[in-house]
Amino acid sequence: MAMKKSFKGLFYTPYILWLAMFVIAPVALIIYYSFFDIHHQFTFSNYRVFFESGTYLTMTANSVLYAFLITVISILISYPMALVISRLKHRDLWILLVILPTWINLLLKAYAFIGLLSRDGLVNNLFEFFGIPAQQMLFTDASFILVAAYIQIPFMILPIYNSMTDISDSYIRASSDLGATKWQTLTKIIIPMTMPGIKSGIQIVFIPSLSLFMLSRLIGGNKIITLGTAVEEHFLTTMNWGMGSTIGVVLIISMVVVMLFTNTKRKGRRS
Amino acid sequence: MSKTIVELKDVYKTYDDGFTALKDISFKLNQGEFYTLLGPSGCGKTTILQSIAGFTEVTSGEVLFDGKRINDIPANKRQLNTVFQDYALFPNMNVFENVAFGLVVHDIKKDEVEQRVHDALKMVQLEKYANREISELSGGQQQRIAIARAIVNRPKVLLLDEPLSALDAKLRKDMQYELRELQQQLGITFLFVTHDQEEALAMSDEIFVMNKGEILQKGDPVDIYDEPINHFVADFIGESNIIPGKMVADFQVAFLGHQFECSDAGMRPNEPVEVVIRPEDLVITTPEKGKLQVKVDTQLFRGDYYEILAYDEQGNEWLIHSTNATKDNSIVGLTFGPNDMHIMRYNESEAKFNSRLESYED
Ligand SMILES: Nc1ncnc2c1ncn2[C@@H]1O[C@H](COP(=O)(O)OP(=O)(O)OP(=O)(O)O)[C@@H](O)[C@H]1O
Ligand SMILES: [Mg+2]
Repeated sequence: MAMKKSFKGLFYTPYILWLAMFVIAPVALIIYYSFFDIHHQFTFSNYRVFFESGTYLTMTANSVLYAFLITVISILISYPMALVISRLKHRDLWILLVILPTWINLLLKAYAFIGLLSRDGLVNNLFEFFGIPAQQMLFTDASFILVAAYIQIPFMILPIYNSMTDISDSYIRASSDLGATKWQTLTKIIIPMTMPGIKSGIQIVFIPSLSLFMLSRLIGGNKIITLGTAVEEHFLTTMNWGMGSTIGVVLIISMVVVMLFTNTKRKGRRS
Repeated sequence: MSKTIVELKDVYKTYDDGFTALKDISFKLNQGEFYTLLGPSGCGKTTILQSIAGFTEVTSGEVLFDGKRINDIPANKRQLNTVFQDYALFPNMNVFENVAFGLVVHDIKKDEVEQRVHDALKMVQLEKYANREISELSGGQQQRIAIARAIVNRPKVLLLDEPLSALDAKLRKDMQYELRELQQQLGITFLFVTHDQEEALAMSDEIFVMNKGEILQKGDPVDIYDEPINHFVADFIGESNIIPGKMVADFQVAFLGHQFECSDAGMRPNEPVEVVIRPEDLVITTPEKGKLQVKVDTQLFRGDYYEILAYDEQGNEWLIHSTNATKDNSIVGLTFGPNDMHIMRYNESEAKFNSRLESYED
């Protein structure tokens, strides 16, 4: 028995060490730093500034709004796509194609979009070919959101696709056997049964979308200030690590909130 | 003669990979009767149900419901329901919601939904379980809920795909009675699939015996048991001794070097045939009185009878059911009457078999 216990401990040790070094320690450090001002004095002022100055709150609201839009758009695109792919013959191949872009560096993809969306980029050339005047597309909210959604789609599709392929065919058959139309089967059977996939998709996409600083710089053209850009600014430019950490803590808390929100087990049913 | 509700006419089904799962399937189902599709695993039973329910398109032939061709009507518009092999109860809904599903998708009013769900649950004796989650039900209960869900729409035909195969032997027996009773109470047509011949014999008005995508024989349980069309059916339905022989003349068959009087006719003189004798029709006597002599090899006590395995001089195996035990390694005689033998021709079609039987019976 004793031997069994120590044996078990042996297996857990690397995992616990890893957790301690790469999860607990960094979070603790961020919380610790958030209580120091720029002169290394202990203070609560970072939090006061965050919640009293309108700038940070607007920034938070902006970030949440952008992240929300990015998440919604990627769900709206990913869900039907996952649905179609899960019904295809070579579905594994197709899902691989969807995931392929994640192997390309984010910076590279961002520059590719700059090439596509710039004043004399491919998209504007196409527009002109069809007689539509060239548009300013780069450095707009819309392009930022669309590009961000594009980047996040693979991360949204994968969990949804997995939960779809887990649904046995006989549920779909049972539904239509009982007289449900395709639409009723989708809304009453497929969507509820893929909810876990949608929820993990939201968890994976929403939080990183709160702090997409590279994209907001390159595609959003610095006009879009999110919590991510603010963190970068504080750590690299103003060297106000305390304030940067405070924003970090806010991000971590919002992550926990999203997790709790998307983990609700269904208990109360039917009004 | 009651009304035909479902009919299959010359149905073939070839899957995308070129495999032909159904070959020339034709049958009629009358209103209010209990039919069983019986055959070994992979013979195409589920495929037949699916082509009636509308989950698979037949390659050729016609599927008729109430006299109308339904080949191109989608599953959700067909007025019949299915109890699935794996039950397929929706895990995201509780018992009530599962049973109510078929009504809710048809926009039935709430009061009526509640009444009809209650009635359906009562039919399967689970009215107290409405608020349970599916995961909180035993296998037998899930099976009943699947039936309740399927009958709530009041279909004219219920298709049941091996609904009892996941249950233990005792529960299975109970459910056989219950299902049969339910079918008679509802007065709807059941098309029941099983690979268990005992189940088929016990429950059905009519059995369709299948093998390799074909229906070999249709008939009521007694006919199929007493007069199997060929070796496969005789072997598959119940236990049997099948011996090659020769039809000397009408009502005269020869096997194992002896000639016997039998009750079959209509073959060519000296046509090679197979003779079926059921183990329970063989009676053990002294070697002198027996029509055949066999040497007892082993015997097993089966509760209500002894199952005795014996060999004749030519090495053929004989299975005998007897209420009394015999001695191992003893030589015993076997007797049987003309009616205990059933003679089968090689490769006789069902139509020819039936007309031959009609020509000399009664
Ligand atoms: N989608 C398919 N594509 C190709 N072949 C199939 C397909 N579905 C079934 N088959 C084949 O058709 C044959 C009949 O299958 P079916 O499911 O009807 O058998 P079954 O009689 O219901 O068997 P079981 O008792 O095991 O359920 C099998 O050999 C099976 O491999
Ligand atoms: Mg089957």
